[in-house]
Amino acid sequence: MKIDRRDFLKLSALGGGAVFASSLPGCAAMGAGGGDDFYFVQLSDTHWGFNGPMVNPDARGTLPKAIEAVNALAQQPDFIVFTGDLTHTTDDPAERRKRMGEFRDVVKGLKNRNIRFMAGEHDAALDNGAAWKEFFGETHYTFEHKGVHFIALDNVSDPAARLGEAQLAWLAADLAKQPKDARIVVLTHRPLFDLAPAWDWATRDGAQAVDLLMPFANVTVFYGHIHQEHHHMTGHIAHHSAKSLIFPLPAPGSQPKRDPIKWDAANPYRGLGFREVEAEVREKKYAITELPVTKA
Amino acid sequence: MKPSRRRMLFGGAALVAGAAAGSIVLAQSKERVIKVVARKFVFLPGTLELKKGEPVTLEFTSPEVVMGFNAPDFKIRTDIIPGTVSRLRFTPDKAGTFPFLCDIFCGDGHEGMSGQLVVT
Repeated sequence: MKIDRRDFLKLSALGGGAVFASSLPGCAAMGAGGGDDFYFVQLSDTHWGFNGPMVNPDARGTLPKAIEAVNALAQQPDFIVFTGDLTHTTDDPAERRKRMGEFRDVVKGLKNRNIRFMAGEHDAALDNGAAWKEFFGETHYTFEHKGVHFIALDNVSDPAARLGEAQLAWLAADLAKQPKDARIVVLTHRPLFDLAPAWDWATRDGAQAVDLLMPFANVTVFYGHIHQEHHHMTGHIAHHSAKSLIFPLPAPGSQPKRDPIKWDAANPYRGLGFREVEAEVREKKYAITELPVTKA
Repeated sequence: MKPSRRRMLFGGAALVAGAAAGSIVLAQSKERVIKVVARKFVFLPGTLELKKGEPVTLEFTSPEVVMGFNAPDFKIRTDIIPGTVSRLRFTPDKAGTFPFLCDIFCGDGHEGMSGQLVVT
């Protein structure tokens, strides 16, 4: 009997809890046409350089373990995306560059070298993305992959968490070239909607980006920043946040402060992980599978 | 010498203006002003006690770097720029405890830079 990759994922004991798009509320349907099925891996919020033994005593070991887990996937993804906060912030520009250099060296361990990098506010907000660009290039860009139009937005280089008029104009110009049924995936670090403004989980002008995207039938947003899996709809647009690879944060607004969740020695790496996103043309949906840093 | 009508009118107008200015000064002197310092990575004071329905002016200074004050429940915010005083005047329209935060990324510790408005 031949099984496809999705069946394999269902059958395999990865321990990450597969969540398929069909069971997610309102996950965006794929548009007509397009290319082959494919999948990519999203890793987020690695915070290289973080030091806080109470929340992660293995801060320098977690990312390498995640890389091992990605390399061990039975089938390698088409590409890998890091959705920001690659490094933990520092006031020292030299230390910031040192952390970025170390991060870049560590991720060279990935077998798949087709990697898309995005900045987080920890990487870029204190120098408007200057150091980040030296290492990883532009902070907002587009690329095509098998019929899907990917748009990476930068809502972090401005320390006030704005996309800004120039980037919004750039987005509008890019979208003007897309048919209304284009399959569009938006990648951001911060949520584009007001998830928890009191915790700074928002983009000040994110609603303008959502308004620009609204005329398009097939838009899905993948982001990071909040260090946990979260799913939200703005109209027909689905927004999916990813787990972190350094420490989990509490559910939005669940407590007065957004303090990191302390390390659980009985369940190390709990709440951390990465995800696979499978673009399934036949079933016109995205399938999301959450995976742990280490197998249980 | 009898004052001319014109001079009387002028003088009267000046008196009215003076009275009006006096009442404004009086009103302003009654209004509460709370000074808040935003520094890495705390607001001082971190708890602001306000009265529902009572106008208040918050005066912010930042001795180090650009900060932001944002109280989402009242939809008020301001940048706080070193060397200047940022003022926010508003009237709390509901009682309770409401968070505020720094919404301009200011370094390691930014995520913990928050406080609360206690409105009674």
